[in-house]
Amino acid sequence: MIGIIDYGAGNLLSVKKALDYLEVKSKIIHSGKDFNGVEKIILPGVGAFKEAIVNLKKKGIFEKSLEWLYADKPFLGICLGLQVLFEESEESPSETGLGFFPGKVIRFQNKKVPQIGWNQVYIKKDSPLFSGINDSSFFYFLHSYYVISHDREIIIGATEYGARYPSIIQKGNVYAVQFHPEKSAAVGLNLLKNWVTLC
Amino acid sequence: MLATRIIPCLDVDKGHVVKGIKFKKIRNAGDPVELAKFYNDQNADEIIFLDIGASHESRETMLDVVKQVSRQVFIPLTVGGGIRTIEDMKRALHCGADKVAICTAAIKNPELISEGAAIFGSQCIVLSIDAKRQGDGWYAYTHGGRQNSELDVIKWARRGEKLGAGEILLNSIDMDGTKSGYDLELTRKVSLSVRIPVIASGGAGTLSHILEAVVAGKADAVLLASLLHYGEYTIYKIKKYLQENEVIVRW
Repeated sequence: MIGIIDYGAGNLLSVKKALDYLEVKSKIIHSGKDFNGVEKIILPGVGAFKEAIVNLKKKGIFEKSLEWLYADKPFLGICLGLQVLFEESEESPSETGLGFFPGKVIRFQNKKVPQIGWNQVYIKKDSPLFSGINDSSFFYFLHSYYVISHDREIIIGATEYGARYPSIIQKGNVYAVQFHPEKSAAVGLNLLKNWVTLC
Repeated sequence: MLATRIIPCLDVDKGHVVKGIKFKKIRNAGDPVELAKFYNDQNADEIIFLDIGASHESRETMLDVVKQVSRQVFIPLTVGGGIRTIEDMKRALHCGADKVAICTAAIKNPELISEGAAIFGSQCIVLSIDAKRQGDGWYAYTHGGRQNSELDVIKWARRGEKLGAGEILLNSIDMDGTKSGYDLELTRKVSLSVRIPVIASGGAGTLSHILEAVVAGKADAVLLASLLHYGEYTIYKIKKYLQENEVIVRW
């Protein structure tokens, strides 16, 4: 059973629809106690950093997520769900992130913002996540901020938009992607399926 | 590198695609769900559904279409036509739309852009502008191109960006349906005046028109309707042509 975290602003419905299409069982997580009986967690995202953190705290999911992450249980952050794993964001000076990964989130410079559309992911490290997926495949991106990771070891995929930035992060069983696999057609579904079955 | 997007636009009235579509491979070409799947298989980068019925009944059917499509097609979906309130936006997004396009309602009530962006995020809000040339400039029209709002298009686009629109869908009323090319001057001016992506629409008749919109017009994406629906060009052919001319496309 996959748990999809609902913190009010996410695109959890499209993630749920993609999992339904792949015939993978999932449920929506509204509070800390909904983590019971779940094997893998997805933190989807669209919306603002601050709102996300405030809502995660309000619903008792912030602490529970940290426990989950530090126990190295299977986790997938999507878009904003990748960004909140880091320490802080320019988007929200007052609310810090989960801080599981060292680094910060900054805004794109000298480019059209938000970045909307299909961009390439350059594979930096082998991973079961990439099974059947070619290097430089296009995924659908939709974001105004990107992460600077102080730990370069965790970057397994990178993308270029003005700057080269981490678009896939992995440490142990914790994965995070800056794009939307649930909106990235066949290659996105392939990646989701890989995460569900192989990661 | 970020790819230039090719976006088919489906005009839907009471659940049926309106513009005559002549694909042999599709059993029911008037069925928006079938057509969306067909374009998805062809590597369309997004799909826009425009409800042209503009009645309560038509809108309900449209939402049902989006619901069905979003269970089977996993690319971004935009819904436009008849979206007037935050509640309308919420319902469209809840049914599986990723973005909503607003035109007349945004001109009547610009706060709809800022409120929508605050609640759902800028990336959800597409400001659709129907532009008509007049003298040296362009004016934004409402009600499906029937009324002049007397808003200067460039100023309106900039204001829309400030209010929180995440993208501009720019349609040239003058060129729409002519197949004689996009209004390149308009596209270029708007694209250079804002820092959000611009989708060019209206006037495509040949492959080189599409290339011009991207290169000379600086469009980030192009919207196509009849050119695709009548089977004159496939998305594959368009992307291949763009790629041969050094435009980045997604396969």
